[in-house]
Amino acid sequence: MAIANILLVDDEIPFLETMTKRLTKREFITESASGAPEAIRMLEINSLIEVVILDVKMPEMDGLSALKIIRQRFPLVEVIMLTGHATIESAIEGMKLGAFDYLMKPCDMEQLVSKVREAAMKKRRHEEKIIEAELKKITVSRI
Amino acid sequence: MKRQIYANLQRKIIFITLLVSFIPLISLSVIIYYQFTQVFRNKIEEQIEYRARVQSNAIELFLKERTAILLAMADTYTFDYLAEKNKLERIFQIMNHRVGGFIDLGLIDSTGRQIAYVGPYNLISLNYYSQPWFREVESKGVYISDVFLGYRQVPHFIIALQRQENNRRWILRATIDSDVFESLVRAAQVGKTGDAFIINKEGSYQTLLRFGGEILSKSHLDPTLFGEGTTVLEKADKDGKKILYAARWLKKNSWLLVISQDASEEMTKLFKTKRIEIVIVALGCLMIILTTYFTTHLTIRRLETADREVNELNAQLVHSDKLAALGKMAAGVAHEINNPLAVIAEKTGWMEDLLTEEDFQKSQHFAEYKKSLGKIEEHVERARKVIHGMLGFARRMEPHLEDVDINEVLTQTMSFLESYARTNNIVIEKELETDLPIIASDRAQLQQVFLNLLTNAVDAIGKDGNVHLTSRRIDSEIAISVRDNGPGIPKEYQSRVFEPFFTTKQSGKGTGLGLSVTYTLVSSMGGTIDLDSEEGKGTTFTVRLPVVVPEKK
Repeated sequence: MAIANILLVDDEIPFLETMTKRLTKREFITESASGAPEAIRMLEINSLIEVVILDVKMPEMDGLSALKIIRQRFPLVEVIMLTGHATIESAIEGMKLGAFDYLMKPCDMEQLVSKVREAAMKKRRHEEKIIEAELKKITVSRI
Repeated sequence: MKRQIYANLQRKIIFITLLVSFIPLISLSVIIYYQFTQVFRNKIEEQIEYRARVQSNAIELFLKERTAILLAMADTYTFDYLAEKNKLERIFQIMNHRVGGFIDLGLIDSTGRQIAYVGPYNLISLNYYSQPWFREVESKGVYISDVFLGYRQVPHFIIALQRQENNRRWILRATIDSDVFESLVRAAQVGKTGDAFIINKEGSYQTLLRFGGEILSKSHLDPTLFGEGTTVLEKADKDGKKILYAARWLKKNSWLLVISQDASEEMTKLFKTKRIEIVIVALGCLMIILTTYFTTHLTIRRLETADREVNELNAQLVHSDKLAALGKMAAGVAHEINNPLAVIAEKTGWMEDLLTEEDFQKSQHFAEYKKSLGKIEEHVERARKVIHGMLGFARRMEPHLEDVDINEVLTQTMSFLESYARTNNIVIEKELETDLPIIASDRAQLQQVFLNLLTNAVDAIGKDGNVHLTSRRIDSEIAISVRDNGPGIPKEYQSRVFEPFFTTKQSGKGTGLGLSVTYTLVSSMGGTIDLDSEEGKGTTFTVRLPVVVPEKK
């Protein structure tokens, strides 16, 4: 099993490409989207995605709006906000809306990797709990 | 230029004030003076007119009395009786005893011959038939003559009357004592230059003048100027002096009693009043001028000060506007730079990732590559710090208020720098007042402020020195001072240290934003910051924060 399935969302293409390569090299399965609508489409297709790294400032739909949709439609997926200094308040706002954490651009790769790991772990634990609860239900109903 | 404007304004105010003060003052003075002159003059004229009237009545009475006694004598005695010298003499004595003022008395028959005579002249037997007065007496019965010389060749005038007695006509004639008559006329004169005299219809003097002027000589006055009753008029005499005349006709309009007075002599009192009035008005004007000048001067100085204060305030506003504009620009620039910077950082990271590959590690320039990438990362980090600073400057968030213990924030901030300071042999001393009040402020912003000031102090010293940190309460403020014994800030830079991007640090070492951010943050918390620096001795920054008591939660 890969370390984690990641979806990277940023409108800055060179950043997106490089980050994707670097994460892939660190054995993350990394998908990339250059805007929020595309990211939502990909989440619909690919149910394996565990962590979304979401830029706050994007032209079509900003990170906060995208976050709200993701939390609503894919509640198990964890989101890490990516922000510059100018939008730091938005990132903090994102935390209140249920984002896992936020990171400031340009970001330190090791920090990002550890945050993604934590997010993935959280997601998996969450899923395991749900599965356990389901199993209990099934067992109880059989008895 | 500015001075010129104030000077012009001052001149205008003075001019207008003086104009509105002087016009009524001077008009009032002129009107009062004119009215006063008029009243005074009327009074003088009334007085002289009154004297003329009273004196003319006295003279008329004098003549009437003399005429009456003469008439009484003529009615009482017969021609024959009067022709006897001793009897005529007795009658003359009675007349002088009763009313006085007679010089002589004579009895003249119808042929004009003087039959009897009592008096100082030798006029007995002289014939008056050809004398003008003889005809007048014959036609009028009673006649008071003008002054004439007659046989005696002395100016005099007579009262004569004619009587009819048994188909015989005779004339009783008396000469009036000129001295008595003159003193009667002269009683009307007043002052040092006043005069009183009589002229006849032709303008010849009938009495002596006070200052020269022969009897019977021609007067310069034209009697036709004087009408019925008492006439008062002003006329220049031969020397050009203005003389006031009051005149009244006597003796059935044949004599004119004239009272003269030098107008200027009577007006002396008025002139004195005029002088006093002029002095008062002049003093009043002087006081108005002085008061106007001083009050205007004071007002203009006040205005100048107020204007200067407004200008200074405007300059401050412009300065803060400039800072705000720069802040916005800085935010824009920071954001635009941040994205490419992120890309550079990622690319560099990717290259570093690739260097871990086996074939790259075999490359003979591997170390060189790794070093270069390290440098790129270092400089990206530097650029990031600049942007961080710019955004810190630009961010104008409302301070988030919480309970803050200033001393605790100071101590904590100091701890960040302690190890760095120790390495550079810099001692940070603190002198914190123990019972400072807890204030409502933004803890994070305060920390940023203190960190900036402490970093500046440590950077200014470089190596070996000390930083002195104090906190104390002064009235309703808490003052926090950071003093270093570094090189100090040159005078010419002191006014600029709070401007964004102003730095004296070596290129690449400072962003020039630290103090500017500090200034903005302190201002947004309602505090002030100032600096006191002396070259070669060190610098002290003092932050003053208002004591805002935290609201009860």
